Amino acid sequence: MTKVIKILGTGCPKCQSMTGVVKEVIAENGIDASIEKVEDVMEIMKFNVMTTPALVVDNVITIKGRVPSKKEVLDLLN
Amino acid sequence: MFDWLQHFSDWLIYTIFEIGAETHLGIALNFFVYDTLKILILLFFIVFIMGIVNAYFPIEKLKDYLNKKKLYGLEYFFSSIFGAITPFCSCSSVPLFIGFVQGGIPLGVTFSFLITSPLVNEVAVAMFLGMFGIKATLIYAISGILLGTIGGWLLGKFNLEPLLSDWVKSILANKMQQAAYIEESQTFSQRLPEISRSAWDIVRGVLLYVVIGIAIGAAMHGYVPENFFNQYLGGGEWWTVPLAVFVAVPMYANAAGIVPVIQVFVAKGVPLGTAIAFMMATVGLSIPEATLLKKVMSLKLITIFFGVVTLCIILSGYLFNVIL
Repeated sequence: MTKVIKILGTGCPKCQSMTGVVKEVIAENGIDASIEKVEDVMEIMKFNVMTTPALVVDNVITIKGRVPSKKEVLDLLN
Repeated sequence: MFDWLQHFSDWLIYTIFEIGAETHLGIALNFFVYDTLKILILLFFIVFIMGIVNAYFPIEKLKDYLNKKKLYGLEYFFSSIFGAITPFCSCSSVPLFIGFVQGGIPLGVTFSFLITSPLVNEVAVAMFLGMFGIKATLIYAISGILLGTIGGWLLGKFNLEPLLSDWVKSILANKMQQAAYIEESQTFSQRLPEISRSAWDIVRGVLLYVVIGIAIGAAMHGYVPENFFNQYLGGGEWWTVPLAVFVAVPMYANAAGIVPVIQVFVAKGVPLGTAIAFMMATVGLSIPEATLLKKVMSLKLITIFFGVVTLCIILSGYLFNVIL
């Protein structure tokens, strides 16, 4: 089943590096997933996170406020 | 503590590059290598330590603490300290603001956090430590925390809730559902490599600013006459502190780039208090921050917020010039 990944962040450098990490992990491991970047603050606040960037996988917040390592993202997606 | 670094710089410039220790170029390059390396090392360690502190005290925990504990008026002070230990990212200020207010934390207490968070951040502290030493750094950090405490308390005295933007009011009216969140279950030793990696990321991110700031500082050291600022800013006239602050508020300078320049100002005769006030106004308030806050506050509220903080910074500038 396709995983729905959302990256919450207003476009700060940390949010961009999180997007980079997630994209690499998906490409390298051939994971079936869609990535959506949520940049609008109003949309972000619907998830009730206080620190960005945040990683949402299938509507569950998995990481907030920091850039994860590749291994961590891979573990989350498997 | 950094003797070995001085030896290294001497060796690199005088022995390897064979630039004479008596030449202007040799002295300037030596300064530059020594300062840059020292700052980068301090920066890495401080960001690393803050990363560990943060692993133990994530923002959600701090918010719950403010919310649940009866603090008898000390909540402004605690909120300000929490702001100091939380790494600041301007793009998180809006989510933080809403998270706090929505969690039932009074607006004034939220402001305490919001004032101190950019003011006392790990980059500013590391730069201060490297360029001014431990005493000035402690003064900076403690006064930053007190400023957040007093500023928040003062703002709490006004009736500001009606001045929030409609969007925030509607959020407050209909409590939103917290999205599902899996508690992170990593152990401390699992997190260590990641903390050091992100410390390195931050150092890399500000590297360019540090180098440019120190280069400008080094150049100014050589070319600005000894008592140049004394004539304009250093004479201690009453208007010099407000002038320094008003010039600094709209500026959006990275702390990493501004501190080496301020250090030259001080070396050339500007009082430390005026310099600290300038620094606080530069990192604490900026136009981009105001633009972000526009989403959650009316223009009037932003003006009051900036006005109160500016006033506090000016007053503390005077205070430093008297006591230092």
